[in-house]
Amino acid sequence: MDMQRVERALEKLKRAVGIGMKRITMPHGIPGHSLTQVEREAPQEEPPAWPINDELSVVGKSVKRLDAHAKVTGSAKYTSDIRLPGMLFGKMLCSHHPHAKVISVDTTAAARHPGVAAVHLFGMTDSKDDRGQGEFPEITFAGQPIAGVAAQSLQIAEEAVKLIRVEYQKLPFVVDLEEAQKKSAPVAFHINVEEKFSDRGVKINGNRYGPWYGKQKGDVKRGFADADLVVERTYKTQVQHHCCLETHGVVVDYRDDGVTVYASTQSTKNVRDGFARTFGLPANRVRVICEFMGGGFGSKQQLGRTAVMAGYLSKKSGRPVSLMLDRKEEFLSAGNRSNSIQRLKIGARKDGTLTAVELHSRGTAGVGRSAGVGNVARSLYPCANFYSEHYTVLTNAGPAKPFRAPGNVQGAFPVEQLMDELAERLGLDPLVLRDRCDRSEIRRLERLRGAEKFGWSRRKVAGASSGTVKKGLGMAQATWPKMLNLDSTVEVLLFKDGGIEVRSGVQDIGTGTKTVLAQVVAEELGLQPEEITVRIGDTLFPDGPTSEGSKVTGSITPAARNAAYKVKRQLFEQVANTLGTEASELAAAEGRIFSKKEPSKKIAFQEALRMMKNTQIGATATRSENYEGKPVSEDLGSVQFAEVSVDTETGIVNVERIVTANSCGRPINIAQIESQIEGAVIQGVSYALYENRVMDAATGHQMNTNLHQYQLPFSMEIPEIEIILIESYDAATSTDAVGIGEPPIIATAPAIANAVYNAIGVRIYELPITPDKVLKALNKI
Amino acid sequence: MTAGTVMAGVNAFGSEASSASEKDNAIGPEAVPIQLTINGVLKEVSVEPRETLADTLRDHLHLTGTKVACNRGSCSSCTVLLDGVPVNSCMISALDAVGRDVSTIESLASNGELHPLQQAFIDHDASQCGFCTPGMLMSCAHLLQTNPHPTFEEVKRAISGNLCRCGTHPHIFKAVLEVADKQKRK
Repeated sequence: MDMQRVERALEKLKRAVGIGMKRITMPHGIPGHSLTQVEREAPQEEPPAWPINDELSVVGKSVKRLDAHAKVTGSAKYTSDIRLPGMLFGKMLCSHHPHAKVISVDTTAAARHPGVAAVHLFGMTDSKDDRGQGEFPEITFAGQPIAGVAAQSLQIAEEAVKLIRVEYQKLPFVVDLEEAQKKSAPVAFHINVEEKFSDRGVKINGNRYGPWYGKQKGDVKRGFADADLVVERTYKTQVQHHCCLETHGVVVDYRDDGVTVYASTQSTKNVRDGFARTFGLPANRVRVICEFMGGGFGSKQQLGRTAVMAGYLSKKSGRPVSLMLDRKEEFLSAGNRSNSIQRLKIGARKDGTLTAVELHSRGTAGVGRSAGVGNVARSLYPCANFYSEHYTVLTNAGPAKPFRAPGNVQGAFPVEQLMDELAERLGLDPLVLRDRCDRSEIRRLERLRGAEKFGWSRRKVAGASSGTVKKGLGMAQATWPKMLNLDSTVEVLLFKDGGIEVRSGVQDIGTGTKTVLAQVVAEELGLQPEEITVRIGDTLFPDGPTSEGSKVTGSITPAARNAAYKVKRQLFEQVANTLGTEASELAAAEGRIFSKKEPSKKIAFQEALRMMKNTQIGATATRSENYEGKPVSEDLGSVQFAEVSVDTETGIVNVERIVTANSCGRPINIAQIESQIEGAVIQGVSYALYENRVMDAATGHQMNTNLHQYQLPFSMEIPEIEIILIESYDAATSTDAVGIGEPPIIATAPAIANAVYNAIGVRIYELPITPDKVLKALNKI
Repeated sequence: MTAGTVMAGVNAFGSEASSASEKDNAIGPEAVPIQLTINGVLKEVSVEPRETLADTLRDHLHLTGTKVACNRGSCSSCTVLLDGVPVNSCMISALDAVGRDVSTIESLASNGELHPLQQAFIDHDASQCGFCTPGMLMSCAHLLQTNPHPTFEEVKRAISGNLCRCGTHPHIFKAVLEVADKQKRK
């Protein structure tokens, strides 16, 4: 029984009859553009609405990161830095073959190797990912872990895994998306379709798994017949790796009375629950800690085999075990963004009205299942006639994992290039075409402000740039839904001796969640963020959201504010008498508690804490549904403008400047928002020009498994990035904040591709846009 | 050569062969005691000759501020200063650091006072996940030591080997230029 669903239904019922609800007035819209006040029904226990950021003291400012000191001094302890007494180092043996049956494994020599404390073999029951029949899981990609050892040092563990003898029965394999779809292709791996893959009636045919249909509507045939112009192209996107600087890994301390797992993770609660399930333990006997983590970008949301292996090694040896992947293992097995081949067809009338949109996509997530291309084609430009069909193709390569705006990054590349082409052929400015097709008010404003800052009017017709190095300007847009995680809880504690503490299991993947929590609680209590101690990343505290889907800020900040409001009212009750007033008359601001009617009746916040009856008081709050249960009106858009230069002799594309206009509801920390936007843009530039997993079809091996072989941008490749941040209010929660991690990566690659076209007058339909593709497009090679 | 001579501060692989045979010269594979000058302090540590300086710092001396991300000299997360010059500590054997000054991120702040660059990194939000930050800071510290008034291009070049996956570069550029600018005004 899903209690959460029952509770939600009950909440809805209560709301419908108005039990426990109150009316509050809230800001709604965009300051300086469309700001109004609206009435909302909000739960009784939640605080009154905040005004817009201009009238707040610490929210909406560039507050310095609370943990910046630990990061710049090197004292921040990441999972890979954890050193426990008696700790062993683990190492896994990974398959060299892309597809095989394991016949036997001999670990005798490894177990006898001096310094080795435990050996473990993956069996059929360790992980839900296991496939095949027999004693061992089927090997489905080169790099799949088979066994592991724990030893006194990493060097000894590395020696020991080399002593493990595995007898394989090699099987035919396929690693290429197009090859794998051929009738003659080997079957990538043997799966029990009914059990593992047959969700929602989806079928498997050879290596093709699908189709999934988008939300179809209308009649595309008729729509294309009604069009004045139909454009159709095929686009390809590559496999991109997350390349978190800290690899995936854990330290597991397995004891009879409970297990502690230090994990580099985007979800302390997912690791806890996954570990508990795997080892048959109650979840409360597993404590997961992640104070600092060196990047995730979507790849660290689940338990993973590394943690399972470390768990067994620690259980067997009775000692803590550190198991961190090395860089090659990280490339092979820790995740990637799936690739795609997309055929997109758009029909339009002369005025730019879209009459039909049709998309056929194929992608491979390797041995993973989700290689979709998101919802850009359907939701960015709503069209009465829409059809999409997607197949995920199975190959013998490492599994894809969610990666910053999964799907939409792949999906925006065709849509936004084809819209650019459509605009040109209709004789419309690309911005004008979008003004006609895009219903989003916020994106309209983003286009307007972005174009002005960027100097869009400088743009010439494609190919007009003279000389060897040609300049080009392009733009593209993004869509990303505003999502939330209702399983987000925060506790705020006040201590008699002056301490103010925020606690949640939520982890900070580098976005600045700690600081955001401190700001929200400080604002509510009338204090400064430095006065707040934030303890997060520990499942001893109430569960926070998983760091995914740009959900964290929008999910955790209302819970934090509501908890702070609750505990503040408790404190008011305790000091009201002394101040000779009612608790309901009290407010907190600028480090003081005072009477709203008679401001002379006041007391320092710290003094009020000393008057508390007990040594501490606390309150806990959980994220409630958006007010009135309404989905917020707008998606999280982003509009980007790119300025590039293309050297027509070398084929090298240089991104000189990106202007990006974004919105994330009520901004909480401007500097941190800018950091995230810049980071997303840089990863987008990297996706557009550099990154690409290279698989060798003959051996089934990845050829670029370290950071000098897999191309990434360094300081010399970083463009000038200018940010326009549009403050907006949905009147949906007590903070009205929304995340920003994902939307700004989506439009970058198509904006660059459109700028490249504008520079050289020839289009590139395949990522990454490397010199060879440019020279080929120019007929130079 | 014996372990004793290593302790005395001879560069293990740079030293001239003595009259003894090759076999006598061999050290390891067992751990050998060495002395390393880390952040101005002489440390005695026993390391296997195959160990890198990065592993020695992290596993024997508990100086985990130095990060290892690629272990192949391609990302500079593990940057330390060796006789004042930035090097990838994952590409240097611990034995090769004998007799030389090793400075790690832990030495950048002195007597509890942050290096101006550290303060500027805080002020400009120049770290996100923070994993590349120590290496970035060591590269930048070296830049300002040798070139107190760098241009924007020189700042870019100074960290052109330091990988940051979060994309903190624009904020790092600003932080370094601000420190350089302040030094200029002094």
